[in-house]
Amino acid sequence: MERTPEMQAKPRLAHAFIVRVMHWIGAFAIFCMILSGWQIYNAAPILPFLFPQWMTLGGWLAGGIAWHLSAMWLLVADGVAYLIYGIVSGHFRRDFLPIGRRAVGHDLAQALRLRLEHRLGHYNAVQRLLYVGVIVVIILTVLTGASIWKPVQLYWLTDLFGGYDFARRVHFVLMSLIVSFLLVHLSLVALFPRTLVSMLFGLSRDSNAGVSQ
Amino acid sequence: MNNKQRPAVRHDEIKADLRKVDRRLFLRSGLSLGALSLLTGCDLSTNDSVDNALRAMLRFDDRVQAALFNPNRLAKTYPASAITRPFRFNAFYPEWQVRTVEASQWRLEVASLVDHKRAWSLVDLRALPQEEQITRHVCVEGWSQIGQWSGVPLHIFLRRVGADLKAKYVAFRCFDGYWSSIDMPSALHPQTILTLDFEQKPLEPPWGAPLRLRIPTKLGFKNPKYIASMAVTNDYPGGYWEDKGYDWFSGL
Repeated sequence: MERTPEMQAKPRLAHAFIVRVMHWIGAFAIFCMILSGWQIYNAAPILPFLFPQWMTLGGWLAGGIAWHLSAMWLLVADGVAYLIYGIVSGHFRRDFLPIGRRAVGHDLAQALRLRLEHRLGHYNAVQRLLYVGVIVVIILTVLTGASIWKPVQLYWLTDLFGGYDFARRVHFVLMSLIVSFLLVHLSLVALFPRTLVSMLFGLSRDSNAGVSQ
Repeated sequence: MNNKQRPAVRHDEIKADLRKVDRRLFLRSGLSLGALSLLTGCDLSTNDSVDNALRAMLRFDDRVQAALFNPNRLAKTYPASAITRPFRFNAFYPEWQVRTVEASQWRLEVASLVDHKRAWSLVDLRALPQEEQITRHVCVEGWSQIGQWSGVPLHIFLRRVGADLKAKYVAFRCFDGYWSSIDMPSALHPQTILTLDFEQKPLEPPWGAPLRLRIPTKLGFKNPKYIASMAVTNDYPGGYWEDKGYDWFSGL
């Protein structure tokens, strides 16, 4: 379909409706996965600490497993849909790439001095790196999870992650990376509340954009 | 007053008790603050729907696991040097409560869909072909340990007793009050063995003497110890932990 002048004039949303839906489904699924995962961790901790019971989901081990084995399907379905959309629609290529080393260095220095601009619909280099990074980490978390769920049927995956016991630890480290990302992500949402409004209801992109396009 | 119409017990009076009785799954009572914060607008009394959804998902997981099960895929085996020592005792009670039986008095009862319903002594079982394995025992809690077991492959035993191999389940009852069940394809897996020996010596009480199931394609709680009887059946037999909310298939 040809684009009419009216359509071009209409401001583009920072986040397409479908992206917002997938974001919140994914957020819910990840939240359930982390809290039920902590419940499962508590049954056989690999480090000398337990997660406080109130921070966990499921009440006891069987409940935690039930939540974990339920939310994982939601996460996988949402994640696969998002990956397909991101590739097919050009969302990844347009919004996440390129991630230049120099741009990351520059933007990180600016961000640490709290001077980095946060424009709706435009990701700076640090954001690009973090978003692509967390997507990769989530994929690896799902794969390590599958490898410790099915160490016999998916033995090649378990071997890939260093065997059952090692894969459990990798799964834990990857969870820690996701939690670290969430701490940064939620702090920045708190600093720039407009991003929350935008992800919920859809705000148009900030102007003076298109520099990178 | 219309006393006649008033039931002897009002539902809301015993509601709390009914719930306690009904809570075999404990998933709902397991809702913590984290979950409550998700379920805005839901109070505890409406969370039966969450409970039911989780049960439905576990049944779905069981179907996925059954489809994923490859009857020819063998669990990894290890060298003797990899055996975990000391081996960890694990049951639903502490080790001092382990029950023992006189080996010469013990019999394995075989019931339901089998041609030859007879009791098997340990001598009878030792006369059958034996198989040894060093495999990883993975607990549902996440920890694991490598052990050495040997005994009669279950598929040989099932054929010997003329079991209906098209039946859905093989169920085990144990003299310590435990019970569990497995699907027929897993029962026929070559590494599923009626175990008589642990580390090349007859099973000792902590490890399930005189007979236990060793099935390295399933989680530890699907490896019942202290077996007293087994049955081949099409009626879902459940299990001690399975009935409490763990997913039944629990394959690895």
